[in-house]
Amino acid sequence: MKFLRHFAARIVGHAIRIFARAITAVRADWQGIEPVPRQRVYFANHTSNGDMPMIWASLPPALRREVRPVAAADYWLKNKLRAFVGPEVFNCVLVDRRPEVKDKPMDKIIAALDEGSSLIIFPEGNRNMTEDPLLPFKAGLYNMGVARPHVDLVPTWVANLNTIMPKGEVIPLPLICTVTFGAPIHVEDGETKDAFLERAANALSSLAPEVQS
Amino acid sequence: MSNTTVDILLLAFGSFGILIALTFLGEVLRARQEPGTQNPVLETYMTRIQSWWGMVAFVGTALLVGKLGVMVLFAFCSFAALREFLTLTTKAQADHISLALAFFVVLPLQYVFVGMGWTGMYTVFIPVYAFLLLPIVSALRGNSEKFLIRVAETQWGLMIAVFCVSHVPALINLGITANSDRAVLMIGFLVMVVQFGDLLEYFFGRRIGRHKIAAGLSPKTWEGVTCGVLAAMLTGALLSWITPFGLFGAVALAGAASLVGMLGSLVFAAIKRDRGVKDWSHLIPGQGGFVDQLDSVIFAAPIFYHLVRFFYG
Repeated sequence: MKFLRHFAARIVGHAIRIFARAITAVRADWQGIEPVPRQRVYFANHTSNGDMPMIWASLPPALRREVRPVAAADYWLKNKLRAFVGPEVFNCVLVDRRPEVKDKPMDKIIAALDEGSSLIIFPEGNRNMTEDPLLPFKAGLYNMGVARPHVDLVPTWVANLNTIMPKGEVIPLPLICTVTFGAPIHVEDGETKDAFLERAANALSSLAPEVQS
Repeated sequence: MSNTTVDILLLAFGSFGILIALTFLGEVLRARQEPGTQNPVLETYMTRIQSWWGMVAFVGTALLVGKLGVMVLFAFCSFAALREFLTLTTKAQADHISLALAFFVVLPLQYVFVGMGWTGMYTVFIPVYAFLLLPIVSALRGNSEKFLIRVAETQWGLMIAVFCVSHVPALINLGITANSDRAVLMIGFLVMVVQFGDLLEYFFGRRIGRHKIAAGLSPKTWEGVTCGVLAAMLTGALLSWITPFGLFGAVALAGAASLVGMLGSLVFAAIKRDRGVKDWSHLIPGQGGFVDQLDSVIFAAPIFYHLVRFFYG
């Protein structure tokens, strides 16, 4: 039974990747780093529910096997289908953001890092529905950088997804999506939380393609 | 095997022969380099040749399959081209439904009409029905910001990527060949003369080009374009045996299609320059996107279609 679930998870994973490629021709643009299997935290902008699958689908297979998206438990455990796709297909680290929960999100994230996994996180915390390129970052990225300083923090810009699949629409538009990976950053000695988060946000937004039109 | 099949195979093997020669030339040049060095121009050339191998294989297979193969191939090209085009246009969330209709309703219907041979419909479907109805769908969402720019750019994308591209397979419907399955050969003729003209325009433009046609827009020169059109006419003469046009007709049509195509690619260069991109996408290695590869064919196809219809229909 366990074998069957695992097999089904792999098939669904391939289907999601092929669907993402067919619709958006999603492409990884490795600007600041090479696609090599090192332990990394990919931190990305968040405008659409499609962001995480898109980053996941754009990674080469060896990196995709090692990566675990950090995602909200309340979303991915809502029904049986999501509870299968989130934890088993994407191998998500599910975190519960309610304050009364004993299982603190940062403990689970650090535990996943200590197991050697790479992570995908969205430091804005929520989907960005504003005109601004980024919402203010939450402290999580800084805490990870301080707790595990050897891990590369990689800014990851997902372009166009807010047009491909805006909130409230049902049909995804087939437009080209590019995922840009920038140069990794680390928390420097004596750097304050606010200074680091600002530097991280700038590193991320500098990857956004020039807006024309 | 029917005559048509034999002719398609001849065309395909002829193209493969040229590609083998070009690949061989590139490998010789590579072998003559200092070990460990790389010439970027040569590497681009080799990547392009590799993409050409794929394209000849795809077009050849589609022509062999016949009408259905051609429809599927060009419908896919339209989809890829429309996707590249609309990625760069102005749009708002209010356009979401009309853009989805463009991709998933207008595009397939256009190819269904072409496949049915319903001339009265596929020549007006996008310029009339889509032109009038899609802006209504956008307007219903009540966002007026940049409205005219949004609907105009969407319509332009549909005309270029769907209407114009669909005129390549529509050549089958002209019914001017004695044997209807020979009509697919006209597609081979159009694609080959235009692409071959482009290739030599690029080559001669690099070699002997002096006078830019539109400086600041494109490196195309009058010398390159003249040589390219002459090369296309020569190709047309060599291929006249697969067409119903006769020798002079084939030469004249090849020249007209090639010239319109080359000048048309200036239009695409202007759009790319305006949007600040070098290529339409990354999907064809060495060439950029589908629109980069098809640009001359896109402009040439409707003109070629209507010239043939006027003089031979």
